[in-house]
Formats: sequence, C-alpha cells, structure tokens
Amino acid sequence: MADEILQWSLIATAVMMTIAIVIVTFCLLRGPTLPDRVVALDLIGTLTAGAIGVYAISQNEPVYILVSVMLAVVLFVGTVAFAYYVQRGLER
Amino acid sequence: MIQILVSVLMLFGAVFSLLGAVGMLRMPDLLTRLQAATMTGTLGVGFVMLAASVHFQDLGVVAKSLLVVAFLFLTAPIAAHVIARAAYFLPVPLWKHMALDDLKQAIDAQAVDAPSDATKSERGTPPGTTGTSAGQARR
Repeated sequence: MADEILQWSLIATAVMMTIAIVIVTFCLLRGPTLPDRVVALDLIGTLTAGAIGVYAISQNEPVYILVSVMLAVVLFVGTVAFAYYVQRGLER
Repeated sequence: MIQILVSVLMLFGAVFSLLGAVGMLRMPDLLTRLQAATMTGTLGVGFVMLAASVHFQDLGVVAKSLLVVAFLFLTAPIAAHVIARAAYFLPVPLWKHMALDDLKQAIDAQAVDAPSDATKSERGTPPGTTGTSAGQARR
C-alpha cells in the first residue's frame, strides 16, 4: 500500500519536473534579453538537480545525490561568470 | 509510513518547481521573473533533498542532502543579486507599471552630491565604473 503510494508519487513528481523543465526551456528560447536567458539556464540547472534527487529515490541508489551536489556547485560559478561578463561587456 | 512522508515531501518539491516554471513563463519583466525563479526553485530542490534524506536514512546521504540545501540557500540569493545588478545597468526594459525605483533614486542622490558626474542618473553606467575609475574597475 505505502509502496504503491510511493511509486505513484514518483511518477507524478517526474512528470511535473519534466513539464517544469520544458516550460523553462521555452523561456530560455524566448528570451527576450540576455539576462533572461541566464536566469532561465540557472533555473534549468536547479530543477535538474532536483530531478536527479528524484531519480536517486526511484532507483534506490544514494550515489546519485553526489551528482546534485556537484551540479549545485558548478551552477553558482556559471551564473556568476555570466553576470561578470554581462557587466564587463558594458564597460567596453 | 516513511514512504507516505517521502511522497508528500517529494510532491511538495515538484509543486514548487512547477510553480516556479509557470512564474517564469507569466511574469512581465526580468526582475519579477528572477524573483519567481530563485525562490521557488530553491525551495523545490530543498523539499526533494529532504525527501531523499528521509527515504535513505543514511548519515552520508543526509549530510550530502543538507550540503545541497545549504549551498543552494547560500548561493541562490547571491547569484540572483549579481545577475539583477548586471541586468539593471545593461539596461533591460523594466515593467511599465513599476511604481518605485529605489536604486535610481539613490544614484540620483549620489549624482547631486557629486555634480561633476552629471551623467550618472542614466541607467547604463554603474556608479564607480565611470570616468577615472574605469581602469581600476577592470582589475
């Protein structure tokens, strides 16, 4: 009984995460300015970290949590680097 | 019983993520979109990581999940602030119904104090990067 609830909620969570990532990918393509795309890419990375956590639960494999850790670390550096180059571009 | 708790936490996380994506789609300008994306994305991942640490009940997994949550809670506001500041001075178009622009008032007050830099009230050059300090800001 409880296992069935977990299975169904895993499916529902995966579907909702996928819909969220598809919507944000549409926002990434739509723009309209460069910082909008940076924010969308940041949100895609964050949602991917969450989706990997859900996958770790569904596969019963705790190693995948490490992927989320690394993704969160790399994401912050990427966003700050984008912001740095946006700001440096206007000084030229 | 544990499974039900894991399900509820995971569904909370998914709902927050979906709300963040919908906010990203519907909000009118960059700053409001940034608000929707940062808050709900961080909270969604936080709930999913909480569900993972409840599900595995292992000290290493709990430590890694809390590491993800702590790192996201520390860095998401910083990243949002940095990208919002860079975008404000780019400049990006703001929402037409925006009532109060505190940063513009502050920059105007600074320009009144130092009248030699009369161009500072225009969004487009951040304060501190104009004039003589341009070479210093490049670092």
